[in-house]
Amino acid sequence: MIVDQKPVMLTVAEKTVHTAVYTTLFFDFAIDFRPGQFVMVWLPGIDEKPYSLSYHSPTRFGITIEAKGLFSRRAADLSPGDSVGIRGPFGNGFDIISSPHTAVVAGGCGMAPLAPLVERLHPDLFFVHGARTHEFILFPDRFAANRHITTDDGSLGHQGMVTDLLAAEIRRRADQGAPPFDRVYACGPEVMMHAVFTLCDVHGIPCQVSLERYMRCGFGVCGACVCSDQVVCKDGPVFDSKQLKKMPDFNRTALLKSGHAVPLSEYVAWRCL
Amino acid sequence: MDNITFLGKQLKNPLVLASGILGNNAKILERVHKAGCGLVTLKSIGPAPRDGHRNPTVIDLGGGMINAVGLPTPGYDHMDAEWQALADRDFPVNASIYGGSVAEFVKVAQFVSDQGPDFIEINISCPNSDHHGMLFGVDEKAAFAVTNAVKKVISVPLIAKLTPAAPDIGKIAKVCEDAGADAICAINTAGPGMVIDIEARTPVLAFKKGGLSGPMIKPVAVRCVYDIYRAVSIPIIGLGGVTTGEDAVEMFMAGATLVGMGSAVRYRGMEVFHQVYRELTDWLAAHHFTRDDIIGAAHDPIAGPDSTAKKSRKTP
Repeated sequence: MIVDQKPVMLTVAEKTVHTAVYTTLFFDFAIDFRPGQFVMVWLPGIDEKPYSLSYHSPTRFGITIEAKGLFSRRAADLSPGDSVGIRGPFGNGFDIISSPHTAVVAGGCGMAPLAPLVERLHPDLFFVHGARTHEFILFPDRFAANRHITTDDGSLGHQGMVTDLLAAEIRRRADQGAPPFDRVYACGPEVMMHAVFTLCDVHGIPCQVSLERYMRCGFGVCGACVCSDQVVCKDGPVFDSKQLKKMPDFNRTALLKSGHAVPLSEYVAWRCL
Repeated sequence: MDNITFLGKQLKNPLVLASGILGNNAKILERVHKAGCGLVTLKSIGPAPRDGHRNPTVIDLGGGMINAVGLPTPGYDHMDAEWQALADRDFPVNASIYGGSVAEFVKVAQFVSDQGPDFIEINISCPNSDHHGMLFGVDEKAAFAVTNAVKKVISVPLIAKLTPAAPDIGKIAKVCEDAGADAICAINTAGPGMVIDIEARTPVLAFKKGGLSGPMIKPVAVRCVYDIYRAVSIPIIGLGGVTTGEDAVEMFMAGATLVGMGSAVRYRGMEVFHQVYRELTDWLAAHHFTRDDIIGAAHDPIAGPDSTAKKSRKTP
């Protein structure tokens, strides 16, 4: 059984290469999981990093990797039969409601933690996915729900921001007297999540976002991932509007590996090395 | 609320947050304080920016944890925002510091003292770096030299944090007292230990070995506090595996004046401070004791369930 203690070495059962940047590793093991939770993935001799589950069933789960750094490239290069250490799941998850009036806003690989959520929400959800270019649209054919695509370069869907479409839909619902959103879920670059949070806040719509910070323990003791007075690995990674309002570090400050608090842009540049 | 006076400072209760747990920014320290902690401790501050080790760095083993985080620090002179945030605080703060030499300890201590913490704790006991910490805590001469040198340059009370790896921790504590330490904090993590993944055929921690903490080390911690109590007359912050009110009682009986917790946050959350304080208070009430009655009680040969005998001791 996989637990949140010592890593358990698991064999990669299957690997799907989605695009040049996205790869999913599947493991045929049961793990107790709610969408939004994450596991720590250990490559012995390399490092250990947090990854949210992008697929989950009673007998199988998957993690989707964007190959961009040393660790993620090594992880994406693994083949079926190779082993990795897994411990978890950690953190809370998204609060799943049964309402047909929800929206999901994904940015780039922020699609990964949202995917198991989308599969559990009412199929009438309003679903937006933005990315730099069409190559960064993850899981293009996975969902029954209709997905609105935006790209920065216009190579697929609407050219512009996810919040353009979300704002238009909020307005349309108001103009037509349709029920407003009961909940908006977002995961992607923090600046995008902040824009979604701000837009929702203006319209009084509760939203939940999943934050990312450099992590060590995964269970709320080491303090590496603090964001204001919240411990992202334990109190989050999913936070709701009420919590976000009391977190001035949201979209502003993050800690480097040394614990040095820096502007978010500096942190993001370091994380993307 | 207890309103304890400890080395001249007011604490709302005798519970302390161990260094290295959560203490990464002012806001989280404030939250731990509100969760019932009498004295919070900043994560050890070092002489230069340091990333610490690659992951895995912290692993829960069930009955305790093993860690080799590796003393990450922004560096003492890169923490302006935190010192500013702490300047307006309404709770006491203990600043843990470390260095790789007496000169580095002095440099960091002098700067940190000027930022206005309530206490400075010298970490001469971390097992997770090849060049820092524990070297000073296992050698009497080195422990004396660093304590003495730091004491001369700071204007707040000095706490020496000791390692159970010392062959005779009582002797190290006495040397620190002689060198000017105002209190002893014991223990830092035990070991170091190692956990090997038999499928991966390799140690789990990237640093291979790491310090042990949590319930599995409590008997070691109680023994160390007991030994230190016999060796010194300055107050002791006792910690190592304390997770419940009864654990705290045991630590007081060994000789602690204050009791710290760290890994307990893993097992009972941040609210462990409120919970342990309530459990401690309930236990004392049920036994008709005050905390002073039980401090060092295990050293009294006639101490028993009905005894209120206590050792005469210098008031902290």
